[in-house]
Amino acid sequence: MLTLPPSPQPAPKRQVFVGTALVSAAATMLVGGMLAIWSQFRADAPFRESPRRGPIKDWMPKDIVVPEVAANMMLIAFFVVCVMAQWAVWSAKRNDRQHAGMALGMTLLMGLATLNAQLFIWSQMGVDVRGGAFNSMFYAITGVMTFLVIAGLVYTAVATFRYLGRGNSDVPTLSAHALYWYFLTVAFTAVWFVVYVQK
Amino acid sequence: MTSTETHHAAGAASSSDAPAIAAWLTTADHKQVGRLFIGTGLFGLLGGLVLAVLVASERIDAEGFQLLDSGSATQVLSAARLLLTFGAVAPLVMGLAVAIVPLQLGSRSIAFPRVAASGFWMWLTGLTLSVVAIIGNGGPSGGESEMVDLYLAASVVMVLGLAMAALSIAVTGLTSRTPGMGLLRAPFFSWSSFVGSIALLMSLPVFIGTSVYLYVDHRYARAAFGGNFGVNNWVGWAISQPFTYVLAIPILGFVLDAVPVLGRTRLAQRPAANVAVGLVSVAIFASLTHRAVTLPWDGDGFFSGLGTKIADLLPFGLVNVIPLLGLLGVLGLTLLTLKSAKPMLAAPLPFAVLGLLMILLGATSHLLYTVEDAALGGTIFEAGSYVAVTFGTVLLAFGGLTYWGPKLWGRRIPDKAALPLALLGFVATALGSLSYMIAGFADQPAGVVDGFAYSGPQELWNVITTGAFALMLLVSLAFVGLAVRSFTAGEAAGDDPWDGTTLEWATSSPPPADNFSDLIVVGSEYPLADIKNSGKVG
Repeated sequence: MLTLPPSPQPAPKRQVFVGTALVSAAATMLVGGMLAIWSQFRADAPFRESPRRGPIKDWMPKDIVVPEVAANMMLIAFFVVCVMAQWAVWSAKRNDRQHAGMALGMTLLMGLATLNAQLFIWSQMGVDVRGGAFNSMFYAITGVMTFLVIAGLVYTAVATFRYLGRGNSDVPTLSAHALYWYFLTVAFTAVWFVVYVQK
Repeated sequence: MTSTETHHAAGAASSSDAPAIAAWLTTADHKQVGRLFIGTGLFGLLGGLVLAVLVASERIDAEGFQLLDSGSATQVLSAARLLLTFGAVAPLVMGLAVAIVPLQLGSRSIAFPRVAASGFWMWLTGLTLSVVAIIGNGGPSGGESEMVDLYLAASVVMVLGLAMAALSIAVTGLTSRTPGMGLLRAPFFSWSSFVGSIALLMSLPVFIGTSVYLYVDHRYARAAFGGNFGVNNWVGWAISQPFTYVLAIPILGFVLDAVPVLGRTRLAQRPAANVAVGLVSVAIFASLTHRAVTLPWDGDGFFSGLGTKIADLLPFGLVNVIPLLGLLGVLGLTLLTLKSAKPMLAAPLPFAVLGLLMILLGATSHLLYTVEDAALGGTIFEAGSYVAVTFGTVLLAFGGLTYWGPKLWGRRIPDKAALPLALLGFVATALGSLSYMIAGFADQPAGVVDGFAYSGPQELWNVITTGAFALMLLVSLAFVGLAVRSFTAGEAAGDDPWDGTTLEWATSSPPPADNFSDLIVVGSEYPLADIKNSGKVG
């Protein structure tokens, strides 16, 4: 009715959250596809005799040792990041800027810890990228995972600045940010199991 | 029941004050981004067709090289498919979706407009670098190691750009619809663009992940993926069937939108059309298999060992049969709609029907190709299916441009000039694909242009294919020339030249920066028809 008073277009419905969900789904296909190829190569590898475990897949070179403590700590750190990111959402919904800001800071810190753990794993394993199929694929998949973590850290920094700048009106962005870290945790859990545990 | 509410001028970002080139470079207006995709896609199409003519003509005499040499033949083959698939079909379809979907949904802008714009520039950069790498003897099976690395890295950038544009379209479909418009009430082009974008978002990351593996392995180790010769074994699915159907999904909505409007009727069985488009998207499972899923038919023995055949049938049905059923559904509904229609003689209609027929020909022939007992594996038959699907999609994109061009440029392509192009394009596609298919039955090998012999009349089929590709090139050149002339100095189209029923025709041609001056609340699948019937607007 042309005589109705002027009205703006309604704000898009949870655009950042939906966008993040779709990006997470796409990135799940990215990591899942890479893990599938990894598993296919591992399944196609011949068997060799291990003195400790009997016949095992001749996939990971004998001289490579996975620093399992660092990998496990990295996994735990991801779960802590999720708790921190959700704490930020919980606090922001209750207008508690102090706790929300602290939670976002902790998210950033723990996210950096996962990055540090990955660097430590690379340094400890000392895998020569030219050394064979396992080696090059190891760097490809952990490199992609690291790229996704760095994207998460940038997301955290942007969400923090937006929240501190705009206040509690930006809760949907924090929810979307938490969703991305949930995705990262699930993705890393899969990488951890296939690459570091199953090897 | 549909109503409109006026509102203050929206504050959508406009770069109209900036210098012209800077405005194009920095634009976040979805209509301009769409035009950029379409314009460069047309250039890519012409480039791809020139190379396709070159490859086809080289096959006429298999005794020796005439125009190419042994080093360049494989690279030209790769470049032709790359340009036709990711340099023409993908940008033409995505460009139309980026430009039109927000208008159909009554939205003032696309979701994440800068992501869509960045997607265009990333796609263009990646495509350009991919072509440069192929020219430098990189690309699949290329001889220059550094250039193969460049090709792999550039293809990741190119595909990432397309994924970013797809993200914008998908989020727009989910979040930016005008009040009252449910997802299933959205126009079909918006629905199919949404489905196609989701399908791309689920399949392109698999391409990216595989390419990262290929890049790291090729650059440092060469231990796992077969080096430069392994590239097409692992990512060749992206330039072959059934993945080419995924790229065509958005433009199927053009058929379902335009045919009823131009036929002065309503689409028969609307929900079935939604389902049919969804079924085509099942083709994304091709990305998970990395290669064609074939069926060992095994003659009479097939039925005796049926239990063990389930494992073969399931992926075969999923990847090859279900998308074909979806395409058949779209065609069936189109024909059913036309049965009760009084169609106007407008160019988009033959483009829609003939293009769809060609895609269906490609999908049907691909089904035959994947039955192992047909013994077509490794023959050029596959190229026949590819030509039918790709050229068919191009015909649909031409139809989309004649249909929505008036909305994007404010002027229309004359029907009398465009109608013959639709028919000639159909003839070129049919001849080009069928002659390759016949040559495939006679065992002409795929992937080579020289040094082969087969049982059929070699020259005849390859001459026909060359002529058909040359005809398609001429049709495309004529269409581009006609479009440029019409959209710059043609007859003014008016806001609603086709007497449309969906919201893109409710705004001016071309639309203002923020698309709509009124908020439109819709109450049915045909909101503009409701407005016209109630006499509230116009």
